[in-house]
Amino acid sequence: MGKTIAEKIFDAHCVDNPSDDVYVLKLDVVLCHEITTPIAINDLISRGKDRIFDTTKIKAVIDHVSPAKDSDTAMQGKILREWARRHHIEDFFDIGRNGVCHALFPEKGFARPGFTIIMGDSHTCTHGAFGAFAAGVGTTDLEVGILKGVCAFQYPKTIKINITGNLAEGVYAKDVILSIISRLGVNGATNKVMEFTGPVVEKMSMASRMTLCNMAIEAGGTSGICHPDMTTVEYLWKFIQDDFSTRDDALNAYRQFTSDPDAAYDTVIDHDVSRLEPQVTFGFKPDQVKPVKEMSKIKVDQVYIGSCTNGRLEDLWVAAEVLKGEKISDSVRGIVSPATSDVYKQAMEEGILKIFSDAGFCITNPTCGACLGMSNGVLAEGEVCASTTNRNFYGRMGKGGTVHLMSPATAAASAITGHITNSKLYKG
Amino acid sequence: MRNFSGRALFLDRSDINTDEIIPAKYLTGFAKEELKPHLLEDLQMEEFNPQLDVQGSSVIISRSNFGCGSSREHAPWALEVNGIYLVIAKSFARIFRQNMFNCGMMAVELDPRTIDHVFSVFSGPGTRIVTDLTQNIFKIAGNDQTAEIPFTISSFDRALVAAGGWVEYADAKY
Ligand code: SF4
Repeated sequence: MGKTIAEKIFDAHCVDNPSDDVYVLKLDVVLCHEITTPIAINDLISRGKDRIFDTTKIKAVIDHVSPAKDSDTAMQGKILREWARRHHIEDFFDIGRNGVCHALFPEKGFARPGFTIIMGDSHTCTHGAFGAFAAGVGTTDLEVGILKGVCAFQYPKTIKINITGNLAEGVYAKDVILSIISRLGVNGATNKVMEFTGPVVEKMSMASRMTLCNMAIEAGGTSGICHPDMTTVEYLWKFIQDDFSTRDDALNAYRQFTSDPDAAYDTVIDHDVSRLEPQVTFGFKPDQVKPVKEMSKIKVDQVYIGSCTNGRLEDLWVAAEVLKGEKISDSVRGIVSPATSDVYKQAMEEGILKIFSDAGFCITNPTCGACLGMSNGVLAEGEVCASTTNRNFYGRMGKGGTVHLMSPATAAASAITGHITNSKLYKG
Repeated sequence: MRNFSGRALFLDRSDINTDEIIPAKYLTGFAKEELKPHLLEDLQMEEFNPQLDVQGSSVIISRSNFGCGSSREHAPWALEVNGIYLVIAKSFARIFRQNMFNCGMMAVELDPRTIDHVFSVFSGPGTRIVTDLTQNIFKIAGNDQTAEIPFTISSFDRALVAAGGWVEYADAKY
């Protein structure tokens, strides 16, 4: 019987098997941010265990509220910063060099095929785009990850999602993942790995694959995962060129982390996207999804383009293409948060930020900020936001506010008209 | 190992969520102790007064899906700082259950009929539970009745409890 990628990663990393289906895995990377890590650090200190299993395998960033907005968030940053210094963690990214964790860490080459990755953050599943097993964990698991470099998981069951057909112009990975979540439901993948395969995924860029995997948790999935291929190797090449003599060598090495044809899946789903239209959420759960054209009556107060789902350069390109030469509606506040400092810099160099600015957008520094209703664009009660983020829970972006999730193209188009609108890029 | 015995607090409702166990507004602090006065503060239930009923309790007995909602580990912590190390219920939300054992505490499921029986016979402020971890038995006494109730936990969960949680277990073993 063959194995899935996730099973192969488990087998390759298992250090203990304390009861039937519980596997203790060796971790390749432990990621940290300033919201969930300080409490783990303080607990380790109080246990007299202020240690780190391997400073080169711990990566930390201050991203959620950056710059700090008040004394509490400043203190969270301070605890993380001092800890990183104390332990000589080289890969620590403070303001000016930082970015939203799940955009920043892949950009630095920290996610690799076959890796095991944890973080005290539910959207850690994003890193599965590289063929890694990446999962969000609670505080104690994070502590043990930091201290010992291990984490316990149930042996993985996998849902294979075979994405077929041809995406229409103006339809993006975000629309695909929204349609998949709507099909599976918010608990449809609970405790399972979601493996995205098929011709549509093969054609996707790494940025698009990250958008897909990012929202696996919104269907309850432990991790999203894509097969590593030449696109993965190209993306990683500048980080791995000393390890392999050619790209083909790298690909051959990474091929061990692809699923066997006769692997046993929990479920296999064929998801044809040929007739998929741009999608948008309507309620307060990410599986409540409709085609954009059915939601055109909804007026929006704010448009937010950013986050670990859709704040990468590719996303800003698409939004800029929609916004070029246009002005956003008087009734809309437009906010764009390039996901990382590098995205910001490149968008500036390529003139994309100017397009946003000319259209009337406010450009913020890289941060999670508004995505979780902490800073830089929090909604007032009763307000509606068209957003490229990943959670539309009631009040997520501000108490009493409503969030509609959509692609950057749809968000940009909605900024221009003031209501939820298909972009001109969609030729449906 | 912790003490899993003492006075029982009966919470006769299903789906008690982590917001009810510890409201989100208390998540910004850094010390577990700060959670102490706020345990179950937002739980609205007849004949339940968090100020009076939590103090002196060591065990919670509840219905199904206890600990559903967010993954916050503050929920077990809020129990821990109040000296409540054992929750017995019909069923638990997965992450809450894992978080309890990760903290060296116990979340033990009993079958529906047993839970119904425990509620109908023992529900009340004077009931006490003694946990016998060598024989896997809860000894319950209250309302002039006594009972011995067997339970099961996996060897891994038992080891976590014996070690005082996943941090201590992993630090000793790996
Ligand atoms: S951008 Fe939003 S979803 Fe992503 S890590 Fe930040 S807060 Fe979480």
